[in-house]
Amino acid sequence: MISVTRVATAAVAFIGLVGLSLGCGKKEAPPAEAAANASAAPVAAAGPVTLQGSGASFPAPLYSRWFREFGDKNKDVRVNYQSTGSGAGIKAFIAGQTDFGASDAAMTDDEIKEAKGNVILLPMTAGNIVLAYNLEGVSELKLSRDAYAGIFLGTIKKWNDPKIAASNPGAKLPKLDISVVHRSDGSGTTFVFTQHLAAISDKWKSGPGVGKSVEWPAGVGGAKNDGVAAQIHQTPGAIGYIEYAFAASTKQPSALLENKAGKFVAPSLKGSASALAAVELPPDMRAWVTDPAGDDSYPIVTYTWILAHKKYDDKAKSAALKSVLKWSLTDGQKLSESLFYVPLPDAVASNVLKAVDTIE
Amino acid sequence: MADTGMKQTAAGPDLSEAFRSPVSRPPSAWQKNFDSGFKYVAHAFGAGVVLLLAAVVFEVMRHAKTAIADYGLGFLTSSTWDANRAQFGILAEILGTLYTSVLALCIAGFLGVTIALVLSQGFVHRRVELVMKNVIELLAAIPSVVYGLWGIFVLVPLVRGPAGWLHEHFGWVPFFSTRLSGPGILPASLVLSIMILPTVTAISREAMAAVPKRLAAAAYGLGATRWEVIFKVTLPTAVGGIFGALVLGFGRALGETMALAMLVGNANVFGLSLFSPGNTLAALLANHFPEAGAVEVGALMYAALVLMLITLTVNALGSFIMLRTTRELKGLG
Repeated sequence: MISVTRVATAAVAFIGLVGLSLGCGKKEAPPAEAAANASAAPVAAAGPVTLQGSGASFPAPLYSRWFREFGDKNKDVRVNYQSTGSGAGIKAFIAGQTDFGASDAAMTDDEIKEAKGNVILLPMTAGNIVLAYNLEGVSELKLSRDAYAGIFLGTIKKWNDPKIAASNPGAKLPKLDISVVHRSDGSGTTFVFTQHLAAISDKWKSGPGVGKSVEWPAGVGGAKNDGVAAQIHQTPGAIGYIEYAFAASTKQPSALLENKAGKFVAPSLKGSASALAAVELPPDMRAWVTDPAGDDSYPIVTYTWILAHKKYDDKAKSAALKSVLKWSLTDGQKLSESLFYVPLPDAVASNVLKAVDTIE
Repeated sequence: MADTGMKQTAAGPDLSEAFRSPVSRPPSAWQKNFDSGFKYVAHAFGAGVVLLLAAVVFEVMRHAKTAIADYGLGFLTSSTWDANRAQFGILAEILGTLYTSVLALCIAGFLGVTIALVLSQGFVHRRVELVMKNVIELLAAIPSVVYGLWGIFVLVPLVRGPAGWLHEHFGWVPFFSTRLSGPGILPASLVLSIMILPTVTAISREAMAAVPKRLAAAAYGLGATRWEVIFKVTLPTAVGGIFGALVLGFGRALGETMALAMLVGNANVFGLSLFSPGNTLAALLANHFPEAGAVEVGALMYAALVLMLITLTVNALGSFIMLRTTRELKGLG
């Protein structure tokens, strides 16, 4: 009996100690925090300004490169960018959790209203969306507008379908099922791609429609760009839409697509640049290049935006953000091509620079 | 008890201050307060866990309220998930969740019980037993994402060949009626079965180890062989615990998210074919939550509520069965 009681006393004593130390910790915590705040405040005023941003994953590699290089040159500004996805980025920005957001699908009118209009949309770079495929022995695949709309609508089921064969006379197309791979998560990439499909196909427009996620008539879903890329790479007969950068860096072949002018164009930065040049940027900077004209234009291309407030309460922050954005729009654009992003056309860049100047 | 007795007699005759045991002193006020304080803290934490769960359920229900009112029971019987038209239904996900979990359970159940048998019935050396037990429990420590990646890059290419052969030669069997394009029900179930294997193995091993040795000894005494003892004495006695292990494993399979989101194919269809893509409730939530708008969030919360209900039912059933069997075993011991 005694030994049991002893153990119990020991246990109680031990828990008491833990409790005491916990209690002490709690009591001490506020002064410690206060001290940290007190010491941090003057440093922040004199030292680095930290900007928090989150959003689109598609331009994330370029953004992180920009912000790192800018940070190396300007020790007083630090930018943290989290690639959380466009929708999450918009939500965090509206909720005031971040200083700026980023989105491939810009912002809808409702979302701008939710942010009380205190928002300015800045196109920062642009990119292609490509149809990557996995077909052994087919190094060049041309897809007409009917063909790729049909594939994603699920009406073209085999690779040797006459609609595909018609534009690929020389190729040996196997009698293989087409496995469509799409994004399983909501995504700006899906938004841009479905917007393009809706522009070229009435059946798509009245069927699945346009959105960050839609009811896919065919195929399997992979998570994020890398998930889709991995699935295409793994599956013979697969085709799916991914960012150009992912296809280019993994050397996955991608199809030549028929553009508005009826020409087959391989995805390239030049093709996107001419596609972007064909579109006038409206005052609110929300320009969708759903189906660009021009012989050399690659058909699926999009801007991607940074969302900033028109007015910041913190002067240091707005000044820092302006300098980051200006640098990105000038010197930063030179880095775009090496990471497979499309540099903004000069006219667009100067327009955006003017918009950056209006930030207060 | 011998130890206690000696101390008591020792404390008896000598009552001087120096020899008095500290335990024989009445507890001080501090000790008393501390004891009751500790009791209250423990109660508070206990209640806190329940409150936390209640808060989660309340929050999920609060968000799901409008969706429940809007979609009603039709939500459970339709299979579209179209945020653009605000049409939501989770029949395919419910069936997909149950289908993958049942398949995983069949595989993990067979493997897990067999392994538990090997580990508890003295088939291998004690040390080997210990190593194997720990290795299997280590499976539970591998992150879900790693299972998902392993599934995509190793398992899917591995099963593609056999799956294609089955489809070509036995395509008339409903289970093999489609071609495996990559992710789908079969790879998802296989990975899921590995993930629930530790749960099934550990609990059924405990159940078998808890079978009183004297039962087996009695059976041996009557001339039974080892196999007769295992199949006619040990397994029937432990069957309740094994069943509980299966149900708990099933509960875990239902809620598994990341690996399934990567492997199940995320298509809102349900077919009997093992090779067709499907979807599960947890995968649906994982995929759609980050980018969902207000209306879709409501529908997702409704789906989460359904998943919670299914899991709760299964887990409650499992715990109940475990409780029943341990009670039965106490009588035997």
